[in-house]
Amino acid sequence: MSQDLLLKLELHSNPNLLCVVRGAMERLTEVFGFSAPDCRSVTRAVDEALTNIMRHSYGGRLDRPIGMLCRRVQKRPAAARGHGLEILLRDRGPAVDPAKLRGRLLDEIKPGGLGLHFICQSMDTVEFKRMRGMNQLRLVKYLQPPKQNCNS
Amino acid sequence: MQISARRVDKTTIFDVSGDIDLANSPEIRKALLREVKENRTPKVVMNLSKVRYIDSSGVASLVEGLKASRDAGSRFILYGLSPSAREVLQLSRLLKIFEVYDNEEQAMAA
Repeated sequence: MSQDLLLKLELHSNPNLLCVVRGAMERLTEVFGFSAPDCRSVTRAVDEALTNIMRHSYGGRLDRPIGMLCRRVQKRPAAARGHGLEILLRDRGPAVDPAKLRGRLLDEIKPGGLGLHFICQSMDTVEFKRMRGMNQLRLVKYLQPPKQNCNS
Repeated sequence: MQISARRVDKTTIFDVSGDIDLANSPEIRKALLREVKENRTPKVVMNLSKVRYIDSSGVASLVEGLKASRDAGSRFILYGLSPSAREVLQLSRLLKIFEVYDNEEQAMAA
């Protein structure tokens, strides 16, 4: 098993499992070393991405498979130093039109369409691709370097 | 998630506890819309002090409650937001759209 693999989950597209994944992500991000606001951001992004899969990719069906992989990645270029948490979410729903993967404008007060906006606000990288009959969403959040002390 | 209602004079207070997400936000939406549209309650207050997390579907339910109350000419108030709930309303630029108070005393006096 790769040293960089941190967590691997297989779950059904059942919304009752969202709280289980949030619990795991809260602990994982904490152990990884993120600040409390970043722990909440990453957990929120994963929760919203899973919600989108359940609602849109699987149309509310409860028994479809979702794969989730979390691993440590190095910042590129390597000279930049530091590392991040990469989360891959895979589902077997129909191909998604990438043009539809845009958060809506927030000027209008209306319900819906906020999930993707939350994901993009929370993560440093958000990439979508179709591969081997699966949709894959790749999310990456990098650790912030510790702030320099003015006196040091 | 658990939701219960209290009536104080002409105000209905919903006490919500747990996380609000895709699994239960339809229940919140249903309770809110019934109170505003069917019962025509003039002031509806959401006690969110025991809600640790709200996702986008939960925010959408609150927005529906707000819009319904505006249509009905009633008031819709939130109080006791956790850091996570506050962040989510800030991210969606809705924090200033809702009437938000720190505690029940302030919400009832408003």
